[in-house]
Amino acid sequence: MKALHVKAILLAALLAITPLTAASIAWAVQPDEVLPDPAMEGRAREISKDLRCLVCQNQSIDDSNAPLARDLRILVRERLKAGDSDQQVVHYVTDRYGDYVLLRPPFKATTLVLWVGPFVILAIGAIGTFLYLRGRKSAAVAAGGDTAPLTEDERQRLDALLRKEDRKEDA
Amino acid sequence: MRRLIFLLPLLLFVGVGVAFLLGFERDPRDIPSALIDKPAPDFTLPPLPGHKEGVSSAMLKGDVTLVNVFASWCIPCKAEHPVITRLSKELGVTVRGINYKDKTGDALDWLKRNGDPYASIGADLDGRVSIDWGVYGVPETYLIDRQGRIRFKQVGPLTPQVVDEQILPMVKHLRAAS
Repeated sequence: MKALHVKAILLAALLAITPLTAASIAWAVQPDEVLPDPAMEGRAREISKDLRCLVCQNQSIDDSNAPLARDLRILVRERLKAGDSDQQVVHYVTDRYGDYVLLRPPFKATTLVLWVGPFVILAIGAIGTFLYLRGRKSAAVAAGGDTAPLTEDERQRLDALLRKEDRKEDA
Repeated sequence: MRRLIFLLPLLLFVGVGVAFLLGFERDPRDIPSALIDKPAPDFTLPPLPGHKEGVSSAMLKGDVTLVNVFASWCIPCKAEHPVITRLSKELGVTVRGINYKDKTGDALDWLKRNGDPYASIGADLDGRVSIDWGVYGVPETYLIDRQGRIRFKQVGPLTPQVVDEQILPMVKHLRAAS
């Protein structure tokens, strides 16, 4: 029974780390795709990392084993060999598949809310907090400073209470 | 009035929540085409062996044309095949096929079994022309106007509902125009 437990824990641990190791071992890029020129291959890898695989959607074409991702990787390398700049290669792909293939959405009119939205909401929150705190402070000042002095009535009641306490302690 | 300002974050939260909820209704696989209202890509595809004509961009001008990307290994293609057949044989729409990454023998067998509604079929063996069309999964269907511009794209199988509610009205409209 005990041994079984240990085995189960070991298995669970193994399963837990498998995705990590598998991800670092299993390259999607096949040896036959790699360009002879290491510098150009490096550029191709960088471009591929920012292009979304349309079949698996949350992987880049550099990570994906989908056939279409392979086709696009080869296409990227062909464009580079044809003398395209990195930007021209990316353009070539977005002309066909739209901005959706970019894992980093570009900054333009249609994506303005995406990029600026969080900061606008943060600013609204900051302004709101500022106005609220200032309002509270000015209300306190209007009532005579942070600690308003006691009225005569309050002072007499406080004195009475304190005297009562003193008597109790003496007794 | 001052109280209302405290309701603002709640309202904002509800608004964003509703927007996300509606977002769940959308199919993340349905990516809008970058080519809508743009001319169809320049291409020439050879015919399947035994067929007279392939498909080229020049053939897409003149009449309103449907371009259907299909493959014998694609299950949804078989499901939409009767719909394509009806469009072509009964409703008189010119349908041209792009046979995507298929083995020639398999494609010919498939057409023999299921019928061939296509005016012509181009064989895209390596899928390169389909990349120019922005294809990312078969089946996909494009509607081309008389000037050879892409006006509509369906990702996934055509259904009778898509045909009746979207394609036929557009075909009628595009044929009437110019």
